[in-house]
Amino acid sequence: MLAISNLEVVYEDVILVLKGVSLSVPEGSIVALLGANGAGKTTVLRAITGLLGVHRGNITKGTITLDGEEIHHLDAPATVATGIGQVMEGRRIFTEFTVDENLRIGAHTADRGSVDGNLDRVYSTFPAIAGRRTQVAGYLSGGEQQMLAIGRALMAEPRVLLLDEPSLGLAPLIVQQIRDLIVEINQQGTSVLLVEQNANMALSIASHGYILETGKVVMDKPAAELREDEDVREFYLGLREEGAGSFRDVKHYKRRKRWLS
Amino acid sequence: MEELIASVIRGLGIGSTYALLGVGFVIIYRATEVVNFAQPALMILGAYFTAYYVFNLGLPFWVATLAAMVTMALIGAITERIALRPMVGEPPFAAAMVTVGVFIILLIVAFRLIGTTVITVGDPWGLERMDVFGIRIFQVDVAKIVISMVAISIVGIFLKRSRVGLAMRATALDQEVALAQGVNVGRMFGLSWAIAGALAALAGMLIGTGSGGVEATTAFIALKALPVIILGGLDSIQGSVYAGLIIGVAESLTRSYQPEFAPILGANFDVVVPYLIMILVLMVRPYGLFGTPEVQRV
Repeated sequence: MLAISNLEVVYEDVILVLKGVSLSVPEGSIVALLGANGAGKTTVLRAITGLLGVHRGNITKGTITLDGEEIHHLDAPATVATGIGQVMEGRRIFTEFTVDENLRIGAHTADRGSVDGNLDRVYSTFPAIAGRRTQVAGYLSGGEQQMLAIGRALMAEPRVLLLDEPSLGLAPLIVQQIRDLIVEINQQGTSVLLVEQNANMALSIASHGYILETGKVVMDKPAAELREDEDVREFYLGLREEGAGSFRDVKHYKRRKRWLS
Repeated sequence: MEELIASVIRGLGIGSTYALLGVGFVIIYRATEVVNFAQPALMILGAYFTAYYVFNLGLPFWVATLAAMVTMALIGAITERIALRPMVGEPPFAAAMVTVGVFIILLIVAFRLIGTTVITVGDPWGLERMDVFGIRIFQVDVAKIVISMVAISIVGIFLKRSRVGLAMRATALDQEVALAQGVNVGRMFGLSWAIAGALAALAGMLIGTGSGGVEATTAFIALKALPVIILGGLDSIQGSVYAGLIIGVAESLTRSYQPEFAPILGANFDVVVPYLIMILVLMVRPYGLFGTPEVQRV
């Protein structure tokens, strides 16, 4: 189980970004972390994976543990070795590498003997990229690049997979594909912490959800309850109750017919 | 005709040592985005250690060469650890200035070690010549070409095929992502300096062979690696090889023919040629002839 308790993170020694965040990802579950831009979602992931240093951030309080072992003082390579895999926001594949090389670099910390087996496993999970092994990764489509990024993280056989906005910039149909793949990966025994803006997608597969606002967890409920919550429906799912009035009534300017000429 | 071919081969010989130095620059630049001005000093110390191992320790020439390469690899890695690791995250320009400081320090060490004497490295070629298709050429030029190309190929294959080579290339492309994959980025920086140091030592040995011999001031010859990397593109190993050979041949041809065809330019004009080429390239293609194009989806 990955557990974060009372985490405080400061950037540049002055900017307090996380103000006592606690959350946990139980073994074998999918947990969603939702929030608006700038809420601190990505910072939570950086704190877990030891990448805060790159961005001049520091953990000033709190602990992060994986199965009871403290991991917040480890650097990035050591964190990867403990079994935490990460798919970064915006995919961040190596565009000049081939698909094969991108996956192999993901296995950097893994056993050398396991690399070929894992390659086969990833290619069978993502048949879309299997046919493009020797192609330069930068020319893949957005969805394929996202699959490549997830596949790269799987190469190290992580126990916990951190996904940062895997739906970013993808068409709805591709988002569904990615969602199904996340479920499939989870069923193969990897716990998933899913950071998303697309609350609809995240809550449809997660068992538990956290909502982060300006560095604090403001709501923490099973995903099914979050889906029914009125505020969540309005602000994160974009749904409004019947009779709450429509935006048309609020508009103060005149609707005008416009003609195409 | 014979004179022309001999001149070209001499140019290829000296050019391949420029290529070795250029590849050292490129490897460090790609991994750390720092232009390493200390490379010439590493070269001169490499030549010194080769000579030291041959004459003072009595090692066979090839063993001494390898030992000098290992020594310079260590010195390179230590330099990186002490002087440049603290500069991670600072602007590359500041780090490049640090390498200028390192250059001065190592150069003073070299002056102290070598003094004002000319050292030879005890190579087996000397001034021997050989016949190739009826043309007499110096063995040492052939040795320079073969050894440099083999060394560069080994480095290239290491980067292309091995696990650590892949990690080095990943570090060069995106340090944060490389870290997230579990690559120890600091170790990759050290390794790139070690490789550059070893290549510089090899280049120093080669420059000291044949009729040459090495003085402490020979370090400045290695500055010709600057035109080489400008011509080849800062981030291209292949470019360094072609550019090294082009510059070497241009220099050699100028030396052979300029006194005859353009005596007005005076003596030693060949020394200026590499820098003239550099200025021309900077005006026409500032990113070099072989700088890799960025991959973009359209």
